[in-house]
Amino acid sequence: MKSICFYFQVHQPFRLRQYKFFDIGRQHSYFDDFQNDWICKRVAQKCYLPANKLILRLIERTEGRFKVAYSISGTALEQFGLYAPEVIESFQALAQTGCVEFLNETYYHSLASLIDKEEFAIQVDMHRKKIAELFDCQPEVFRNTELIYSDEIAKSVKQMGFKAQLAEGAKHVLAWRSPNYVYANYPDGDLTLLLKNFQLSDDIAFRFSQQSWQGFPLTSEKFVSWLSHIENPDCINLFMDYETFGEHQWQQTGIFDFLEHLPFEVLNRSDFDFATPSEVAERYPIRDKVSSVSPMSWADEERDLTAWLGNDLQNDSFAQLYSLKEAVMKSGDENILNAWRRLQTSDNFYYMCTKWFSDGDVHKYFNHYDSPYKAYINYMNVLSDLRLQLKEYL
Amino acid sequence: MKVLMFGWEYPPHISGGLGTACHGLTKALSRKGIEIDFVVPRLYGDEPKNGAELCQASGEFELPCREDISKIENSLSFLPIASTMIPYESEQDYADRMKRRFENPKGRFSETKRPFSQAERRFGKRTFSVSLQGGYGGNLFNEVRRYSMVAGSLAKQKDYDVIHAHDWLCYKAGEVAKKISGKPLIVHVHATEYDRSGENINRQVYELECQGMEAADAIVCVSEFTRQTVISKYNQPSSKVVCIHNGVEPQNCNKRTEDNIFGKTIVSFIGRVTYQKGPDYFVEAAAKVLEKDRNFVFVMAGDGDMLDKMTALVAKKRISENFFFTGFLKPDELKQLLAQTSVFVMPSVSEPFGIAPLEAMSSGVAAVISRQSGVSEVLTHAIKVDFWDIDAMSDAIYSIGRHKALSDMLCEKGKAEVAALTWDKAADKLSELYNQIANKTPQI
Repeated sequence: MKSICFYFQVHQPFRLRQYKFFDIGRQHSYFDDFQNDWICKRVAQKCYLPANKLILRLIERTEGRFKVAYSISGTALEQFGLYAPEVIESFQALAQTGCVEFLNETYYHSLASLIDKEEFAIQVDMHRKKIAELFDCQPEVFRNTELIYSDEIAKSVKQMGFKAQLAEGAKHVLAWRSPNYVYANYPDGDLTLLLKNFQLSDDIAFRFSQQSWQGFPLTSEKFVSWLSHIENPDCINLFMDYETFGEHQWQQTGIFDFLEHLPFEVLNRSDFDFATPSEVAERYPIRDKVSSVSPMSWADEERDLTAWLGNDLQNDSFAQLYSLKEAVMKSGDENILNAWRRLQTSDNFYYMCTKWFSDGDVHKYFNHYDSPYKAYINYMNVLSDLRLQLKEYL
Repeated sequence: MKVLMFGWEYPPHISGGLGTACHGLTKALSRKGIEIDFVVPRLYGDEPKNGAELCQASGEFELPCREDISKIENSLSFLPIASTMIPYESEQDYADRMKRRFENPKGRFSETKRPFSQAERRFGKRTFSVSLQGGYGGNLFNEVRRYSMVAGSLAKQKDYDVIHAHDWLCYKAGEVAKKISGKPLIVHVHATEYDRSGENINRQVYELECQGMEAADAIVCVSEFTRQTVISKYNQPSSKVVCIHNGVEPQNCNKRTEDNIFGKTIVSFIGRVTYQKGPDYFVEAAAKVLEKDRNFVFVMAGDGDMLDKMTALVAKKRISENFFFTGFLKPDELKQLLAQTSVFVMPSVSEPFGIAPLEAMSSGVAAVISRQSGVSEVLTHAIKVDFWDIDAMSDAIYSIGRHKALSDMLCEKGKAEVAALTWDKAADKLSELYNQIANKTPQI
């Protein structure tokens, strides 16, 4: 038997409002409630609700043979609670089918794993509690923000008690090896790794509606025929943003039709089945250890950190944010702590990215600032106000 | 004395110091009983009414006579345009053709374009209509051409004694008005292409400036610094070029009591973030000061093509904790910032005059200014440094921030000094020049 492992990332950041120089010291509300509300409701209508409904139906119609996994960031869950509670209910309905696995990540979708192990562990724990509270389950598989992975991070993840982690099947790490097997971390080999098949994942996530792509138009028949041509795989890991369905690829592109037909096509016409990450990790043998000394991610051509920490704007703001940690902790102020953690969300640094060339279009799509410089200035103004609030603890 | 004056902007719709200077100057001149018709490309209706009679170069204007049209076309020959000569043509056909030409100066003759109404044809209405954008975007040369055509028409309407044109965008208009009316022309140099672009000048703009100065009977420069540029780079005889320093409007200055939120010394750069204004030297100096003492906060207020570069430089130097960008500020925000500022820095690479430090000083703020500025000629109670001398600049900033005796003295004396720099003084000199030149026969 071979398995297809679907994993969807669900995330919404708390976007900052326009925060000007003259607001510093006078205004302590940093977040754009109006915009966050609006975007959340829009994406719920276009993606989360119709996609959840469809997947629930697919699980029912396949009598539980269709399975998927989600990782929903804490900031997204929090915003659903505020602006679109029906989204949470629809995820709860999915949880009850038993065919859906919820993964653990950092509550704030942060980059803490790169700089602060203690903070990293706290945020993972916060997320674990939130998932347990909403979906009544204990995640055993971890996925880090933007699939960021390194040997070092694997150690922390193992220590936190996870049995498996998801990562990118990056070429510079796998080299000649295929992502279609189960691996383990280097050197210990005690954490199972599921690596993303970026070719097939991105065919759906990015290229689905690209008319210039030779695979266009992508049908479920075509996709399954590609799967059948893969030589002796154990598992095909299809990891992508959930917003692919209806938001990145609009409904008019036929993305929902594709999803609707795919399970039957797979189950009836191939020797694949569907499995959740936990099941894949249990079912298939570990073939090798992979090592990533410097962190890799699932973003852009480079599969590295440069989308978030690749220029002076990003490095400076990132360093300054974490330099406030001690004062934030000392203050014991819940509002400040919450704001500081929301500022850790990786999107904030993504907005400051200046790699406008090969992946510029994707970057622009997710960016509500008209330039990375404006994003930086706005972010730093907020940090200054936070610093002033913490004056007596610095 | 009646003056026809051409400007490009007027408060409150200004993007630089030109509009402010024109307003101050015309106000002072009209206090002296000089009548001014001030022309701008476009009016918005909320301009202040004190001072000159304002009129806009957008609207319906009388078509000049055949003879004048050829004069206009001659002076505009530098800006490319098709020939107007077509033999055997009636007066009316000629007027029609010119009308089209004036309204659409870029187009060649095309009889299909904007056909005339029957009524227009019957009554032989000899007017043309123009609509100008104003501002500095779009096709500036096209705007300049149309503005100049209107100028030719306006110059005939009344009997003026002198024509006065501010900066290169208006030189052509002045030139045309002089040709049509035969009255003497003064061009007023607020900035030259060398100030704006360094040595990499735009040749077309330079050429327009040269032609304007050549056509003028007298050239007024806002500083000796600029006068020397005009003499050496534009080859004008020194006898024709006079320096009349700008003044400053008395500010209703709010006392500097407003404590700032940072509890630190605020150092401000206020101006366009462009090459000419030297913003990079400000950032470099800030880094030097902050290396020694983190009790300073630097603010860069303004927009411009170097803003992104400056943002990256601040991030690279890791001084963002003490360095802020505000973007373009509205007048009341500017006041707010000045009220909190202790040191105002103008590090301009080349500043013909520089009104900003005067505004700061009259609000009681100590100023550090570049020696490469016209305003440094009229100030003693400001610290002057070469724009490239970051060490001296940071030294001055640090000293003012640290030593109360120094900052108190600069504030107090500086305020008094600026109060004496009135537009009335400039108006006195200018009206003298008007009298001189009106009595001479203009050189055509």
